[in-house]
Amino acid sequence: MSYCVSTKRMNEILKALQKDYKIYAPVRFEKRGRYSDTDLIRYAEINSIEDVVYDEKSHFSPKEVIYPITQALFYFTEDEYRESKVDDKKILIFARSCDINGFRRLDTIFLKNGGTEDIYYKRLREKVKFILMECKESWDSCFCVSMGSNKTDNYSLAVRFDGDNILVEVKDHEFINLFANEREVEFTPEFVTSNLTKVNIPEIDSQELLEKIYNLDMWESYNSRCISCGACSAVCITCSCFNTLDIIYSENGRVGERRRVQTSCMHEDFTTMAGGWSFRKTAGERMRFRTLHKIYDYKLRFKEEHMCVGCGRCEERCPKLISFSSTINRLYDEVEKLKKGEVSRTREQASSTEEGK
Amino acid sequence: MSENIMLPHPHKIIDIIPETEDVYTFRVETSAKVKHGQFFQVSIPKIGEAPISVSCMGENWVELTIRKVGKLTNEIFNLKPGDKLFMRGPYGNSFPIEEFKGKHLVVIAGGTGVAPVRSFLKYFYENPDEIKSLHFIAGFRDEKNILFREDLKKFKTKFNTIYTLDRDKIEGFEVGLVTEHIKKIPFNSFEDYNVVIVGPHVMMHFAALECLKNGVTEEKIWVSFERRMSCGVGKCGHCKINEVYVCLEGPVFNYTKAKNLLD
Repeated sequence: MSYCVSTKRMNEILKALQKDYKIYAPVRFEKRGRYSDTDLIRYAEINSIEDVVYDEKSHFSPKEVIYPITQALFYFTEDEYRESKVDDKKILIFARSCDINGFRRLDTIFLKNGGTEDIYYKRLREKVKFILMECKESWDSCFCVSMGSNKTDNYSLAVRFDGDNILVEVKDHEFINLFANEREVEFTPEFVTSNLTKVNIPEIDSQELLEKIYNLDMWESYNSRCISCGACSAVCITCSCFNTLDIIYSENGRVGERRRVQTSCMHEDFTTMAGGWSFRKTAGERMRFRTLHKIYDYKLRFKEEHMCVGCGRCEERCPKLISFSSTINRLYDEVEKLKKGEVSRTREQASSTEEGK
Repeated sequence: MSENIMLPHPHKIIDIIPETEDVYTFRVETSAKVKHGQFFQVSIPKIGEAPISVSCMGENWVELTIRKVGKLTNEIFNLKPGDKLFMRGPYGNSFPIEEFKGKHLVVIAGGTGVAPVRSFLKYFYENPDEIKSLHFIAGFRDEKNILFREDLKKFKTKFNTIYTLDRDKIEGFEVGLVTEHIKKIPFNSFEDYNVVIVGPHVMMHFAALECLKNGVTEEKIWVSFERRMSCGVGKCGHCKINEVYVCLEGPVFNYTKAKNLLD
């Protein structure tokens, strides 16, 4: 069932929902953007429908609603620990198709990988229902169509912002009574069917090809470009890696907590072990790892889909303007060359050239 | 609510055995059923957590051999018998001991890499009839870094041993890297055998190549990987190589798989 709801009435409905739910949506933080006089749009709890920024792309993904940047796992006192708690309220998230599809990737890692469930993720995830935000058109850096994540039916409500009114499709019976007095309309959300940015995913079908990809010279170019800041992972809906960090409360050294803190495979110390040995020492090696994870080996492991959903936030957030879609396309071209037997410069060739200088 | 896999549990330290100046073995009380080659996530609340492999196991205890090398291990070295060490696990797969039985076994280990193979070496020391022969090459940097001295002496009585130091010349030890001694293993006289290689990344790489050069086939080689881990259960992402999570599918890999893992 779909309804046309006025902004005023929608706020009353939100108010009613807030008794049981915390409601999150992309919200504008004025003058908090990365450049002067620009705004930051990221997920936060809303109090009215006017808070929702629906006509711009959020700079950060909604993942931090249920996978916080930093999160207490336990509180330690002397010889005991106490598991951290979460709010009893349920969660509603205004999210776009790509992000809703992105949550499925997070579910795979946190709830399925290794056959165990992560309770910190699960206890928030099972509270979540989605309000699909229709994308009228795609933004420049989006490539959701190429990644097959432009559509979803995993939502309880879907909304289209239409001037003073909001069109709402109600799929979840829990919410139907809230809209009982509203004007019924024909509305089902539409999905973008093409993006300005398109990517070709290389087909990597042999270990021999993978080894050649591993040695491609293209990765070297990121050594000087990428500064290993991890901003790409911070904004990615599908990046799930974390460190654990123990802290002592400075006022009382006998009490502290173990935290989980989001991290990035792009950080220099991501693979560094105690003693200093690390496995991916250059930015280029880390870029190769991240790229192949997003468009090759996640799918190899879990079969269903690639990890990347094509939201394009990573390239918008990169301070060095590295475009992930261009990286994928560049890799595709290199792989095509390798398949045709054309000679591509490899890492070894590049380093021997360097030595010859 | 499902079980909290991140939750550590306190375990009593029964004994602390200094191996070298900065490597101690901690014997810890546990009823966990552990397989040879597995590891625990070991922690001290308010300090941190790290994966540590089991170096020996017995009735209601395991031994963890730890090098004092970072924030957590520095704190662990301050603990005394009777103190509590927090652990969760055991995690990871194990060496295929059943497959080793009835065959010749070659174990090549370097430095703290001796720790993860020590538990099954002890098993075969107690049960020597279960294998045709055991050749054990152990390499250490220098005299002061020799681990498990008593065990090395005992192993000498039942196994074919080659102990070596990178540089120092002392009685009972050869000089040189473990790779230099692999050619002494009579691989061509074995009708059926397995090879285990554990040690620093570079040592495993070159030891495996040397074995192949000496006619060993890839599928007979087993290695154990060491990686940074924050969870041990396939969530934190640190130990991932290609599509493989070392904490889940490893740390023990057959060389046919290990050689294809591109970091």
